[in-house]
Amino acid sequence: MTIDFAIFAIVFVVALGSSMAMLFAKNAVHVALFLVAAQVALALAFLLQGAFFVAAIQIIVYAGAIMVLFLFVIMLLGVDRRDALIEPLAGQRTLAVALGLLLAAEIVYVAARGVDLVAATGGDRALRAINEDPGNVVALARLLFSRYLLPFEVTGVTLVVAIVGVMVLAKRIGRMGSPVAERSETSEQVPA
Amino acid sequence: MSEHGFDASLAPLIIAFPAASATLLLFFGRRLGRISGWVATGAVAASFLVGLVLFTTMLGAEAEHEHNMRRAAVTLFDWIRVGDFSAGAGLLVDQLSMTMVLVITGVGALIHLYSIGYMDGDERYPRYFAYLNLFVAAMLILVLGDNLLVMFVGWEGVGLCSYLLIGFWFDRSYAATAAKKAFVVNRIGDFSFLLGIFLLFGVVGSLAFTDINLASAEGGIGAGVAVVAALLLFGGAVGKSAQIPLYVWLPDAMAGPTPVSALIHAATMVTAGVYMVARLSPLYEAAGPDAMNIVAWTGAATALLAALIAAAEYDIKKVLAYSTVSQLGYMFLALGVGAYSIAIFHLVTHAFFKALMFLGAGAVMHGLNDEVDMRKMGGLRKVMPRTGWSFMMGWLAISGVVPFAGFFSKDAILASAWADGQYALWIVGAVTTALTAFYMSRLYLRVFEGDVVVPEGAHPHDPPWTMTAAIVPLAVLSLLGGIINLPEGLPSALALEHFLDPVLGEAVVPHGNAAWLLATAALVLSAFGIVIARGLYLSPDGEDRRSRLERRLHPLVGAARNKLYVDKTYETLVLQPGRDLAVFCAETLDKRVVDGIVNGIGRILGAVGEVGRRVQTGYVRSYAALFFVGAVALFSILLLKVGT
Amino acid sequence: MTSVAPGYFLALAGLMFTVGAVGALVRRNAIVIFMFVELMLNAVNLMFVTFARMHGNIDGQVVVFFVLVVAAAEVVIGLAIIVAIFRRRADANVDTVNLLKW
Repeated sequence: MTIDFAIFAIVFVVALGSSMAMLFAKNAVHVALFLVAAQVALALAFLLQGAFFVAAIQIIVYAGAIMVLFLFVIMLLGVDRRDALIEPLAGQRTLAVALGLLLAAEIVYVAARGVDLVAATGGDRALRAINEDPGNVVALARLLFSRYLLPFEVTGVTLVVAIVGVMVLAKRIGRMGSPVAERSETSEQVPA
Repeated sequence: MSEHGFDASLAPLIIAFPAASATLLLFFGRRLGRISGWVATGAVAASFLVGLVLFTTMLGAEAEHEHNMRRAAVTLFDWIRVGDFSAGAGLLVDQLSMTMVLVITGVGALIHLYSIGYMDGDERYPRYFAYLNLFVAAMLILVLGDNLLVMFVGWEGVGLCSYLLIGFWFDRSYAATAAKKAFVVNRIGDFSFLLGIFLLFGVVGSLAFTDINLASAEGGIGAGVAVVAALLLFGGAVGKSAQIPLYVWLPDAMAGPTPVSALIHAATMVTAGVYMVARLSPLYEAAGPDAMNIVAWTGAATALLAALIAAAEYDIKKVLAYSTVSQLGYMFLALGVGAYSIAIFHLVTHAFFKALMFLGAGAVMHGLNDEVDMRKMGGLRKVMPRTGWSFMMGWLAISGVVPFAGFFSKDAILASAWADGQYALWIVGAVTTALTAFYMSRLYLRVFEGDVVVPEGAHPHDPPWTMTAAIVPLAVLSLLGGIINLPEGLPSALALEHFLDPVLGEAVVPHGNAAWLLATAALVLSAFGIVIARGLYLSPDGEDRRSRLERRLHPLVGAARNKLYVDKTYETLVLQPGRDLAVFCAETLDKRVVDGIVNGIGRILGAVGEVGRRVQTGYVRSYAALFFVGAVALFSILLLKVGT
Repeated sequence: MTSVAPGYFLALAGLMFTVGAVGALVRRNAIVIFMFVELMLNAVNLMFVTFARMHGNIDGQVVVFFVLVVAAAEVVIGLAIIVAIFRRRADANVDTVNLLKW
């Protein structure tokens, strides 16, 4: 058992354990927190594999921004709402679990077969070389702005669209059909 | 463009005049109003004049080689040219066609004139004349065509006009039914005719009469084939010329206006079959005695049968209709023994006296408020003298009394049968002669002689001058028409036969003493018939004698009164099964099977939909589960395929 | 860089993905379902990074970058929709939005 493997074992346990815990947590906030834990473990996994920039981004954006947004919404809609335990849809659980086991088996099988797909040292060496010479960020940036420039610009547009979409969705439609924000609130007061 | 001999380029005009007039009247008839009648009559009269001109030209022209043939062809246009098949549209002007043309246009013009008076006041007056002109044009196409295809066009055209004119007063349901009956029964004959045309084309390769007749004469058509073709064509004649078993439409056709009956169902259309057989006489010669016997005996049987029925009819028009059927039978009898020109002779004389009698009947109806039952008439010659005397001419002619036209033509037919050695046919023909004299005398004597009897509220009178002016010439022709073909030994002997010889071949006629004996025998038979009729209908003991006779001959009389049950037989054998079949198709096949299939498909689709819609449970998670199933399935398949 | 073979990382990612899928089907709270979807995306990110390592170039990591961006946009809009739907309801149970059934 090398130290590398031990570290991997920790990552494995935390990530998978948090994921399983998500399944059984009843409170939505708990679920969110377990997800955060899994994401941090994954960041470590990224680091282990030489993806430094992405690891950082994972923490900052995913665990830091997106999960916070999730928590905001959970708060907005009520924290103490709990899922009932009984499953109303017949066969849903059995189906899900069965399929899940099947899929897991298949993926593990593929992974196991491909353990030495590319010799661990082969690809590692190249990646290490890249990380050393221009450095991870520079190499990433170079790729991003040359070969993947178009997708990059498109993601920019995507973000703008998302923001506009959210602004539209956020307007509340009142009973009269017009956005609530525009109606005067005095009309709801008790008449003098 | 004409060939041998003479310039026949005027021929298309003969057809063009009535055709143009018909078109004019169809479109502008309403505006022309009362003038339509004169326009129509003028057109037919013009055709007659052109026909006369052409006739004289033909007589004066040089004869073509040894057969004295005078023939000219007028090619109109190239009609069909498909692969190996080409049929032009052309006219054949020869003695036979000109004879027919003169009869058609001459009698036709007189009938048009008559119609001016008869149809006066009818609200569809112009339309009537348009149809009548159209008919004349079609009939002329029929007789002038130079090949079977053009003839067939005319054949169908006259059938159509017959339908239109029989059902002219279409608001009367029996008229509409009669028109349908005529058309349908004719169609059966037409079917046979078409098959004959196909066969002839297959064997000869051409539909032109010259080609077919040449092939027949030279043996280019095998005997068996000739028989089949001849009989198939004869089938068409059976339909159009109302022979057994397709005569049933003619009596019902009396539902149409009387001039129509005169023109179409006496003088012209029904004679188309006779013309056709005569035109193709070489084919029938080549077909041999078997086929000819069938033709002759069909004619003879029809003649006898129709005469029997006529003797029991009370409707004067129906008597004349059955009489026409009977006389047509005579013509086919003549054709069947090879006496083609004599058949044409009888065609011509019959046109004269039958048209005359129909027009006379129309005059009677005109004066008696459209009454047709002879039991309600009597002694009309005293109150309608002109009509009465004219009708008498027709009566004597058809009864075969010397020196009227009918005597000579009928005698000639019987003589030919004798000369051909067909004594059985002669006997049938002779009996029918007596019957003919009997029933026609019955008609004439009951209606025109004796005490005056008229239906209630009728004021009998002679018809207007337009009608009389048509009847009188026909009466004269019935009296004198025999001149065109007197027997041997008399001036102008066999003129018509000699005239038609080049086209139809020489007819075998008895000579010398045999001829005189046969003529006398015919006369005696006619006299016999007339005397019996007089005894039964004119004398004071008549009624007693009739009832006694009726008791003695009860089954025969009953059968004759019921038209020998022919219509009833058709009803049970053909019509009712037809109706049952139609009902079956409509109720079972259409409603149950077809609708069942269509509705069934609809129901199946509906059921499938009912089952299918249950997928839409509304639960997002079910849908997600299906996603997952699909994704895992894909992955599994990929895994299995790729292997490692 | 670790010396652990990439296969192990792939197995981990696969298992996490499976858990995410099962969870998305089993839970009923809309937001929770959404979080399981995010878990699936994370698993996929790990796979891409592993592939980058296996191939020896950074393209895999670039893809992760894009996945992250898209996930962000998607979360934003998804949550806005969830808020819009479930704002006035008693709970965020997705089974209650079932009007489009037969």
